[in-house]
Amino acid sequence: MKITRKDFLRLSGLSFLAAGSMEAARAIAGRSPSAKDSSEHPAKHPVQWGMVVDLRKCQKEKGCTACIQACDSAHNIPQFSDPKHQVKWIWTQPYETVFPFIQNGYAEQSDAGIPVPLMCNHCASPPCVHVCPTQATWKRADGIVMMDWHRCIGCRYCMAACPYGSRSFNWFDPRPHISHINPDFPTRTRGVVEKCNFCEERLAQGLRPACVDACPEKALVFGNLADPNSEPRQLLRKRFAVQREPELGTGPSVYYLV
Amino acid sequence: MFMFEKAIVGSRRYWIWLFCVLCVIAVGFVFYMYQLHVGLGVTGMSRNVSWGLYIAQFTFFVGIAASAVMVVLPYYLHDYKQFGRVTILGEFLAITAVIMCMLFIYVDVGKPARIFNMILHPTPWSPMFWDMISLGGYLFLNIVITQVTLTAEREEVAPPGWIKPVIILSIPWAVSIHTVTAFLYAGLPGRSFWLTAIMAPRFLAGAFCSGPALLILFCLILRKTTGFDAGQKAIDALGVIVAYAMVINVFFIVVEAFTVLYSRIPGDVAHLEYLYLGLDGNYHLVPWMWLSVLLAIVALTLLLVPSWRRNRVLLPIACVAVFLSLWLDKGLGLIVGGFTPSPLDTITTYTPTLPEWSIVIGIWAVGALMITVFYKIALAVHEEVGEEEVHQEDVLVARTASH
Amino acid sequence: MRDRLWILAGLALFAAAITVPFWYVHTPARDLTKIPNIVLPANQKQCVAPLSYMRASHMKLLMAWRFQVVRDGERKYVAFNHKVYDKSLTGTCLGCHNKEQFCDRCHTYAGVSGPYCWNCHNPSPTRAVAAAPETMRPEEDAPNLAQGLSAHLLSQIRHGQPSSFPRSRP
Repeated sequence: MKITRKDFLRLSGLSFLAAGSMEAARAIAGRSPSAKDSSEHPAKHPVQWGMVVDLRKCQKEKGCTACIQACDSAHNIPQFSDPKHQVKWIWTQPYETVFPFIQNGYAEQSDAGIPVPLMCNHCASPPCVHVCPTQATWKRADGIVMMDWHRCIGCRYCMAACPYGSRSFNWFDPRPHISHINPDFPTRTRGVVEKCNFCEERLAQGLRPACVDACPEKALVFGNLADPNSEPRQLLRKRFAVQREPELGTGPSVYYLV
Repeated sequence: MFMFEKAIVGSRRYWIWLFCVLCVIAVGFVFYMYQLHVGLGVTGMSRNVSWGLYIAQFTFFVGIAASAVMVVLPYYLHDYKQFGRVTILGEFLAITAVIMCMLFIYVDVGKPARIFNMILHPTPWSPMFWDMISLGGYLFLNIVITQVTLTAEREEVAPPGWIKPVIILSIPWAVSIHTVTAFLYAGLPGRSFWLTAIMAPRFLAGAFCSGPALLILFCLILRKTTGFDAGQKAIDALGVIVAYAMVINVFFIVVEAFTVLYSRIPGDVAHLEYLYLGLDGNYHLVPWMWLSVLLAIVALTLLLVPSWRRNRVLLPIACVAVFLSLWLDKGLGLIVGGFTPSPLDTITTYTPTLPEWSIVIGIWAVGALMITVFYKIALAVHEEVGEEEVHQEDVLVARTASH
Repeated sequence: MRDRLWILAGLALFAAAITVPFWYVHTPARDLTKIPNIVLPANQKQCVAPLSYMRASHMKLLMAWRFQVVRDGERKYVAFNHKVYDKSLTGTCLGCHNKEQFCDRCHTYAGVSGPYCWNCHNPSPTRAVAAAPETMRPEEDAPNLAQGLSAHLLSQIRHGQPSSFPRSRP
């Protein structure tokens, strides 16, 4: 069958386009085969880091901020007096704003007003990871939603995407606002977004997160959620736990025992 | 290159205007250097309202860029010859608006030196990646289209055949740029104010009234300052387009308000309440949102009565009202309203600071500079062709007379 | 020749601009012609890679480390001599080298302004960055070098993790 050069080129061009569009569609769906740092299917990895916050234990000492101070000093978190510019990796917020669905009408709990520790939830399906245009934030195979401060361009799309308000931006150079710099952890520069990283640098050395170690009541329980016998999993079997905004389908790795 | 020599020949008024615009740009630039040195904290943005005037302006001007389709579509797809003189103005406006959008992104980003990372590390699952692709492509398309059609006009030949499919491509592409921008917002599960399917249609409707409104104003200004007449029929047709688009835009706003207010879901109502009624003693944006409503009513009244729409005094008033109303709604209310109250029910006021305003006005001035230069070129080509036509007529008259 | 003034002014400006490298210089004159006076670490003779490689490509190594630690979670570097190091600028490199006496000296001499690592990373594992690091005098560094070095370096070199906390990447 005779085929002109023009037709051949047209045919091969269309085939190329068709093949390429499959690739593009797959990439858009999020399972890009070439991206080295895209997250593997989490269920395959034997470790899924997670945290259980026991609010009954956390209440015991009024005004305790041990976890916050530990995180702040371990990670060189700048202190700003203006709440607009604050950088917070772990912080507290009143109960009824964290769990609005619990404090309903006459079902008001006596826990109203108690501070609840909040941090990045390291979601199973993190909206921040979905939107980052440079892959400066991604979900690791072990469950941690990581940040690469070398790559972040500071567009703050992840901040808009996070349903929990877990992320902070460096509106100014943080160094003048750090009272005592820990030499073992870098500071960050102005212009990048940061958040709790589940102390991945400590996990790499076999240590627990700083907040977990610092809590005097052992209210923060950290462990491998994929291991049915881990400490957090045992707690979750015994007590009723809630998560923040579960209806959004983000799949937080942080649970709260009320 | 690209007939820029036509832009350096101008009247005294032209140069004074350019000089003023350059001064404003210089001020904006100095403030930007300050922001670059100190950090984005010099703006009014905060941990809770992490996007502000810059991104709002970006969103608004993407709409203006997309609105070129409102003149290109009738002319090229439906042979609406009345728009013959306006299409080039619309396309130049598109180029200017896209450049302004890119500048707004650049000044908003925390580490602009790294902005190339978006190209080095392409992320096809991120709407922002596609925003970059679509805006870049639209800019390229419009540069090619204006270059080719304007050169063809100057050489007094028909433009090459291949430009027609390129122009046709720019029509769905224009729709796509604003849809992708809407998708930036409409897919975020935690921001209920934006999590609505009508985001993209609303953006487009808003674009298709504010863009042509601006185009009408430009045509009227050009008529007054340079004698270039785009044609009364064209301006009237644009007026009709603005009218319809404004009606649809207002309808979409009402439809949104109904869903939110009738369902009474507290998380959804809170944003509208903050914007239009004030929340927890915070009435920061309330007067501006109601001003937007008032301007919309004024604009609709003037636009829907045909004799008023065609009135030489009332039409520009209507266009300014449309533009301002949309600017307040889309260029301010939408972004701040989406962030407030925060996911933890906190209300943080957002007031743009002096550096922020200076940078924004500086970028507007860049747009003004670009549109002035572009329209100067377009008009100069048009005059050149017109003169030659007149010259040829003279020659023809002289020849026939001599026979 | 009414343009004479403009031409001469333009020529003067051009001359000034083209000779900028000769007169707009920050390094003190006495250091301009000498090779940089770098201070080598007291206790270590071998770096993580051969000298020739480090001279030419230490920046590539650091970039590779940066990617591997942050994005791959791979923190251990097996050197050419089979020693295992931690991939850490502050911990490994600056555990031996002194930033001001080694890194900065060559960088300043060569006019390398690129490395913005110091905007975030600390100049040594025992010494945090000061608000104005240029005020730190060289004499203050010397006692820290020998002390902080071996203990920290040894603590970095590990050959395994506790079983309940598996490695970051299988």
